[in-house]
Amino acid sequence: MAELVLDVALERGSFALAVRETIDLAGITALFGPSGSGKTTLLRIISGLETAADGDVTFDGERWQASGVHVPPHKRRVGYVFQDGRLFAHLTVAKNLAFGFGRRAERERAAIRFDDVVAALDLAPLLSRRPASLSGGEQQRVAIGRALLAGPRLLLMDEPMSSLDVRRKAEILPYIERLPEAFGLPVLYVTHSVDEVARLASSVVLLSDGQVVGRGLVAEILERIDLWPVTGRLDAGTLVETVVDDARAGMASLVLGRQRLRVPLAGTPVGTKIRLRILARDVAIATEKPRAISIRNVLEAEILSVDFYGPVYVELLLDVDGRHLRSRITREAFDELGLDVGRRVYALIKSVAFEDRGVGDAAGV
Amino acid sequence: MDELELGPVWLSLKLASATVVALLVVATPLAWWLAFTRARWRAAVEAVAALPLVLPPTVLGFYLLILLGPSGAIGRWWVELTDSTLTFSFTGLVVASIVYSFPFAVQPLQGAFERIGRAPLEAAATLGASPLEAFFRVASPMALRGYVSAVVLVFAHTLGEFGVVLMVGGSIPGETRVVSIAVYEHVETLQYGQAHVLSAGLLVFSFLVLLAVYVINRRIPLGAGYAVG
Repeated sequence: MAELVLDVALERGSFALAVRETIDLAGITALFGPSGSGKTTLLRIISGLETAADGDVTFDGERWQASGVHVPPHKRRVGYVFQDGRLFAHLTVAKNLAFGFGRRAERERAAIRFDDVVAALDLAPLLSRRPASLSGGEQQRVAIGRALLAGPRLLLMDEPMSSLDVRRKAEILPYIERLPEAFGLPVLYVTHSVDEVARLASSVVLLSDGQVVGRGLVAEILERIDLWPVTGRLDAGTLVETVVDDARAGMASLVLGRQRLRVPLAGTPVGTKIRLRILARDVAIATEKPRAISIRNVLEAEILSVDFYGPVYVELLLDVDGRHLRSRITREAFDELGLDVGRRVYALIKSVAFEDRGVGDAAGV
Repeated sequence: MDELELGPVWLSLKLASATVVALLVVATPLAWWLAFTRARWRAAVEAVAALPLVLPPTVLGFYLLILLGPSGAIGRWWVELTDSTLTFSFTGLVVASIVYSFPFAVQPLQGAFERIGRAPLEAAATLGASPLEAFFRVASPMALRGYVSAVVLVFAHTLGEFGVVLMVGGSIPGETRVVSIAVYEHVETLQYGQAHVLSAGLLVFSFLVLLAVYVINRRIPLGAGYAVG
């Protein structure tokens, strides 16, 4: 596993970035934070494009930056997928792809082969076209392919989907998901979207105002209340990794310990690993098992912790056969039901809550 | 009417071509620097580079005459090096033309490079291209329109040069007697026939060159989009 050691600082006007972290790069690591938190700046420092930063950058034992040392970007072998693609407008797609590839030594080319990349990203129909004639999603696929073909040891992606609409995003997500496994290459992925973090990343580094404020596995980070100022409270919840064990008539059963979660998920075969984000505001609580109810998911749970949030809300952390769920209820309901830590309750989740949200194939399936 | 004299025509074309080639080499690095530098004195350099646009050719010619003359800073060194004077020679004319047409090369190129911006160059760097390679494989092709504009403007501007040539080069047949000088002399000596032929020739040629540029620029679909003028 490659290790990225950062100890860098940069000041620009009123913005100051200071990051001291050792990041173990495996799979997709998300660099997550609100706009203006310094994510892109940090990515540019790592790539060498940002020359104004002070400090040290070491990748896999190789010094990229230290006092008096600044390895230029073209010698670092980092792939960089920019927000806006940045394809060379004067070259065809094929020549864009070949730009970095042509420079690699013959023996290196075996590691990531031209045809493999074209196949993995479905680029064959685009090869003779010009960038200007491509859709946003197609342009980003070409940009990813071009970066891969330059033979990077680390792939940096800077909000590669921010300029795409929902449909294009859905189109390109599976390609990004497969990258680390298909090409054996760690990815550092900048985003301000919790959905993208939940869907793609295995671990996450949280950035706020130029500082790292949290890091760890995605599931752990997303359920922490203290990080809500950065991760966002409204869409707070938990991330559950699970597997499809029954799929019929557009509905799938997902394994949660001894219990099952019913979600609308057409065309997903049994055995598919799924990452599911369950939002706190979608989870209701009952102290008795409700009967004659449309809600498909009534899960036995135990209250692990209780946090009062302002005068109105209560945030509950639940245990469902070893999996964590969050539930957000009103203080009114909390008092009326007489809830407390250790109490056994039923967690109610409408299946419809998962329509078109938070559901995706887990990486590498 | 006297028989058609082609000497000044060839000399003008030779001077214009030499100036174009020299200026592309000289102006490209400066235009690049002006487009991308964050140095504080960039504005001062830009102003100096644009001076030939506003100075009367006589003023420019006067200073060049002093600089290039046998006792001038550059002229003396040239005499020591080659045993000939820069003033009243073809080489001197090329040097003068480079100065005179300098902004016509720098400005279109600078504009083209600025339009391209850093973004494609950064992309090239992350794909393993050295700065020089990024320049030749990415920036230059994207700046094609800027180059076309620069070449044509410098060429046409040098053809139309008069005051500076008169002051630095005089009118030595085969050496410094270019078309514009020849026209002037024909008019002075009331040889209107010759003046007509050369003037009309220059007019038509200039028009055709500019027309060609506008047509070509419309056909170049990509790049910096720099238009002549």
